[in-house]
Amino acid sequence: MTPHILTRSLDRAATSFILIVAAFGVLIPLSNLLLLPGSVFHVPTYLVALWGKYVCYAILALSIDLIWGYCGILSLGHGAFFALGGYAMGMYLMRQIGSRGVYGNPVLPDFMVFLNWDKLPWYWYGFDKFWFAALMVLLVPGLLAFCFGWLAFRSRVTGVYLSIITQAMTYALLLGFFRNDFGFGGNNGLTDFKDILGFNVQAEGTRCALFLLSCLALVITFVICRAVVTSKLGKVLIAVRDAESRTRFLGYRVESYKLFVFTLSACMAGVAGALYVPQVGIINPSEFAPGNSIEAVIWVAVGGRGTLVGAALGAFVVNYAKTFFTSGALAPYWLFMLGALFILVTLLLPKGIVGTFNSWWEPRRVQRNSCIAADEASAAREDGVGAPKMAE
Amino acid sequence: MLVHCSDRVRALLLAVLLLTCLVVPALAGPFEDSVAKFANDDFSDTEAAIGEVASSGNPLASTILSALQDGRLSADPDTKKIFVTRSDGKIIDAATGAAVDKLSDNVADVRVNNRLRRAIEAALGGLTLLSSDPAKRLAAAQSVFKSHEENLLPTVESALAKETNKSIKQALAEARAAIILFKSDASDSDKLDAIAVIKARGDQEALALLNDVGTDQPALVTKAASSAISSIQSNLAMWSMVQNAWYGLSLGSVLLLAAIGLAITFGVMGVINMAHGEMVMLGAYTTFVVQEMIRTRYPALFDYSLLIAVPLAFLVAGAIGVVIERTIIRFLYGRPLETLLATWGLSLVLQQAVRTMFGPTNREVGNPSWMSGAFELGQITITYNRLWILCFTLAVFAILLAMLRYTALGLEMRAVTQNRRMAASMGIATSRVDALTFGLGSGIAGIAGVALSQIDNVSPNLGQSYIIDSFMVVVFGGVGNLWGTLVGAFTLGIANKFLEPVAGAVLGKIAILVLIILFIQKRPRGLFALKGRAVEA
Repeated sequence: MTPHILTRSLDRAATSFILIVAAFGVLIPLSNLLLLPGSVFHVPTYLVALWGKYVCYAILALSIDLIWGYCGILSLGHGAFFALGGYAMGMYLMRQIGSRGVYGNPVLPDFMVFLNWDKLPWYWYGFDKFWFAALMVLLVPGLLAFCFGWLAFRSRVTGVYLSIITQAMTYALLLGFFRNDFGFGGNNGLTDFKDILGFNVQAEGTRCALFLLSCLALVITFVICRAVVTSKLGKVLIAVRDAESRTRFLGYRVESYKLFVFTLSACMAGVAGALYVPQVGIINPSEFAPGNSIEAVIWVAVGGRGTLVGAALGAFVVNYAKTFFTSGALAPYWLFMLGALFILVTLLLPKGIVGTFNSWWEPRRVQRNSCIAADEASAAREDGVGAPKMAE
Repeated sequence: MLVHCSDRVRALLLAVLLLTCLVVPALAGPFEDSVAKFANDDFSDTEAAIGEVASSGNPLASTILSALQDGRLSADPDTKKIFVTRSDGKIIDAATGAAVDKLSDNVADVRVNNRLRRAIEAALGGLTLLSSDPAKRLAAAQSVFKSHEENLLPTVESALAKETNKSIKQALAEARAAIILFKSDASDSDKLDAIAVIKARGDQEALALLNDVGTDQPALVTKAASSAISSIQSNLAMWSMVQNAWYGLSLGSVLLLAAIGLAITFGVMGVINMAHGEMVMLGAYTTFVVQEMIRTRYPALFDYSLLIAVPLAFLVAGAIGVVIERTIIRFLYGRPLETLLATWGLSLVLQQAVRTMFGPTNREVGNPSWMSGAFELGQITITYNRLWILCFTLAVFAILLAMLRYTALGLEMRAVTQNRRMAASMGIATSRVDALTFGLGSGIAGIAGVALSQIDNVSPNLGQSYIIDSFMVVVFGGVGNLWGTLVGAFTLGIANKFLEPVAGAVLGKIAILVLIILFIQKRPRGLFALKGRAVEA
């Protein structure tokens, strides 16, 4: 069964995407660790961390593409799930600091000592164990998405209304996490991490391992997304996207399909956030800002909605452009470019890079294939075998 | 070491102070002798001097005391002469009022401490009770009410007999009551009358005063005081409700103003305009530019700056709105999610453009004189700018409603809202209506910006802070219904202000957001949903 799903879901484009990501995931850490700093192919550690960040963004973009591209749910609050996953990981990393903090308290993180708290709040229990934190990375965003989606989809909140209330959700979380008495470090967030599973987070080896893990997570997420969208479930999702009422009248429980895919997508976003935090070294409430979530949506739009590969590509391209422009003399113009990107992509490139490429390439491919088929057929006819096939 | 030293000095001073309080102060001598005591540089002597100067009836008394209060009184320790540096810089001899050319080098300021400051305040209060300026008399009566200095009773009573102004008379009566309540030799019935007067006043200060009534008072008085306290408390609770309601109305009017333009574009055209907040911002910056022009060229017109800014902001934001509709939104009809993204991009561009032109910091927008200040209504203070904004919002709402109801454009807009295809079949140029509607919605956002510039920081981020709230209002109230927006805005505003004292500002806001999310589950199309076939379109 499993191999069957895999062969069905991995067409040529998908396989090459996986191979490219895997190659990056192996080659970049290798070049960082093995080659000397003087070498042309040496990748400095800061670039490994930066690209690791892009890979996490690509996972987030995939999770958005899964619901927006294939189910028509435009979530403007996916940054919230990303940030919640990040906070779960951040809490684990905070507990690992132990007595090495500024105040040297073996149990309480620095900000709690600073706020004169005398014991750990109950929701911080268990985060000293990695397996528990890893479980929470999936569970917290998943549970929030499940509750939110259960309420929203059951009462048939769709389209723009859904987008706006997801935005309200992330906005409410933003306000909440800014408060000190929420117990998540207020507006400073969680930072000053020391080590993860006993390895120093700053060390080159750890950074390379995290990069490799992020690439692995991207591949796994991609395969899961492909498996979902190419299955029968995926076909129903596309039907929901294109004609929700009609799908419902055909007897499908639309809200269950939506709820499943929304929750799955939130878990993926949580994983992306969890991998993001140790590589960036900080998580703070600004990750909940509604603007971040909308920016993530534009990655998907640029790359190509409903293509998966495009979503990941869009995340790379836009974020690379952001790093490139915001670090140079063009910094004041970055917001102009980002804004123009939003407008131009929606107006002129509604299918995104990959979608446009596909619609340009597809007729040619079909034509070429039919040419090949015709050649083969004429060759076969000469052999006197192909004639019945042509009749079909 | 220094700390220890000053501690010791302070202890010594305290001891001296206590001693002189026990020993009855020296009898009042001539005015000059009293004034000379300021030169002793001793807090207890200074206090005695304050009392003597205040009761001297000398016309210089208030000059000397207010100089002492402001640190403009100086003393020559050798000649024991006291000098007042008047606020215009001229120096006079405090005892005689004669002008002095300049002070010698060893002259030092007369020092005061908090205890003395209170004494000065009380003494000045007694002095100004008889001032010719009604505002000063009122302030003096209020300060006597707070200090209830026993020795001011005769002054208060004589002032009360002379007073003709009704509200000052009231204040004086209350001051007299406060003094009598704490006067040890007043009769019980006088005290009960005093409590009745204070109870009638019924504000926080009256409450504080009654709370000070100690157990050493007769049982009858303490009982009356405690019943007065509880009645004032329930009265105050009611006023705080009224105050919350007023704050809520004020917040609601701001929300309504910000959301009303959105209600039009969203309701009529189904367009999610994320750049709506930036239209508000453009309106606010238009006000800024208008005020700058007026400041530099025609300063006399400053009070009319808002009247000039309102139509200009409408035109600027409206014109930009029409341009946006013609160049971007027109191509995205039927694709609401894409419109959302494109207008979000637009909002980034507009913000950055304003940031480049005007700088990232807050710009100063002034209040015209008729919008600054406040007045008291019962126990609450109402600021004029909030009141004007409430009136302005309701006026804009009424005009808009009338426009939709009675003009040809309004008729066409309603027709397009209700059934776009039918309207088109009847010969309405729907695309023209769309452009004008979008312009109208943006223009109203611009007007909102003029009003919001009066109460909020004018910065490139101004619009961002309103966009989510405005969407909440529109979604809560129901799309395509202006009355829904009105009810939604005021409900959210009032609910927010009533939650704030209970849950705190941020938690209250979070609670409102969560409530709206839950509310949408119950009524996905808002409070006043459109019914009929148009809904599914």
